[in-house]
Amino acid sequence: MTDKQRLFNSGVLTEERPGAVKPPQELWESKKNGLVIIECPQRIPCNPCHTSCPTGAVMPFKDINDQPQIDYSKCTGCARCVAVCPGLACLVVDLTWGEADRALMKLPCEMLPEPEEGRQVDCLNREGEAVAKGTVVKVTEPMHDKTRVVHVDVPKDLVMDIRAIRVV
Amino acid sequence: MKALRETEVMVIGGGPAGLSAAVEAASFGCDVTLVDSDLALGGQLIKQTHKFFGSRDERAGTRGFKISELLMDELSERRDSVTAYTNCTATGYYPEDGVLSCVKGEDEYFKVKPHKIVMATGAQERLIPFPNNHLPGVYGAGAVQTLMNVYGVKPGDRVLMVGAGNIGLIVSYQLLQAGVEVAGIVEALDKVGGYWVHAAKVRRLGVPIYLRHTVVEALGEQYVTGAVIQEIDERFQPVGEGKALDVDIICMAVGLTPTCELLWQAGCEMIFVPELCGYVAQRDKNMRTSHPDIWVAGDAAGIEEASSAMVEGRIAGVNVAKSLGHGSSAEHEKRLAEYRRRLDDLRGGEVGEKICKGIACCTVDRWEV
Repeated sequence: MTDKQRLFNSGVLTEERPGAVKPPQELWESKKNGLVIIECPQRIPCNPCHTSCPTGAVMPFKDINDQPQIDYSKCTGCARCVAVCPGLACLVVDLTWGEADRALMKLPCEMLPEPEEGRQVDCLNREGEAVAKGTVVKVTEPMHDKTRVVHVDVPKDLVMDIRAIRVV
Repeated sequence: MKALRETEVMVIGGGPAGLSAAVEAASFGCDVTLVDSDLALGGQLIKQTHKFFGSRDERAGTRGFKISELLMDELSERRDSVTAYTNCTATGYYPEDGVLSCVKGEDEYFKVKPHKIVMATGAQERLIPFPNNHLPGVYGAGAVQTLMNVYGVKPGDRVLMVGAGNIGLIVSYQLLQAGVEVAGIVEALDKVGGYWVHAAKVRRLGVPIYLRHTVVEALGEQYVTGAVIQEIDERFQPVGEGKALDVDIICMAVGLTPTCELLWQAGCEMIFVPELCGYVAQRDKNMRTSHPDIWVAGDAAGIEEASSAMVEGRIAGVNVAKSLGHGSSAEHEKRLAEYRRRLDDLRGGEVGEKICKGIACCTVDRWEV
């Protein structure tokens, strides 16, 4: 088995796969409020990303085990799926936000201490390494169920690496 | 107190399968007695702080303990038909006269003669042998969850998790939430056995998952002060040097096996099915065992998820009601069709393939009359 396969088998996404794809670059660059990224590469019986999506951007599932497919033209970056997904596999990235070299990420967070607005946090990659500092812009709890959606200002070139935050 | 109590339906086990079976049977007007050996109903659901998968029908996106509360609400609506005993263990089944013996608490012993029984006895944790595994600090994952999520007690400061199935991955995540460090997760296979997204959740918080590794020794004199992990090959033989980790808890999440003693006692036809993690009762698609008055549901019928356990419980509940002549056959068939569809959906994924293979081994078309 290759190292890459082994890494994937331990829960780290190493490349695009069905159910784990990047939004189309051109639309992404211009879409205010951002677009969703879902990293759900395994067939599992789960569909709340679709049933919770208010605009139909996460397309209907033929089989509940299908991986999510996204119609990016309909995604408004509302982050409802980010709050709902039981696997914490959804996030939103807004490339139009802030200075040219910055982006806004809307990440799910169920850890303590609670991130607070204005606070500096460590931005973690898929293996938990701190790859940058970010600033918490806003914290919401859309479903009132203790899954927070944390809006973090991050370096734009790291949006495909950063997948979590840690309050330090 | 009467020496021999009577009840139409006896449900043994008040976890997701048993609760579902009880409320479903009661919804048709059955008189139900439910016993559970724990202090509270809900089984393992009450410890589950993560959100469940599935569809809306299985309350996807709802945390496990909330699902337990919803089932308790349903039970409370049926309180006229369901008598529930907690801290009450069904200790034996006597096939000669169909009597079950039960012990409530320390000193109340009683016998029940049910017309029909649903065995929803759940599962037991498996352990693997290694030197010093008797030391305090070596826990089953269920115990760690009970300490943390039921009693609010932090089990330790730094944990080695053994096993990357859903339980190992989820409990690791819950430990992180409780402020406990997870030094690593070892998994004997070359990929995580649980859902990939559960693995990704702990990986991005910095927890290493060592594939093709196992624990080979617990360190410590009076209690666990460390653990040695080692790489293993395809035949599970150790290779290379061991690596010592500084941990005070070794948490075992190496699998479950169905709890089926009462089914053996009842003389149900049993079969060993590796995909379902042990001996299980042969059953028809209505979850009826070879014993015409005994049904089985949930982990006792084969290790799977709580979501499917709940649906199996409902299927058993409908059929018990049907066998007692409660409810209309139109209503039975309507509900059964719906529940079977849900089960098929839940088992349609990658993890479900193995389950389906196992179920095919122990399901009979129909029982000879």
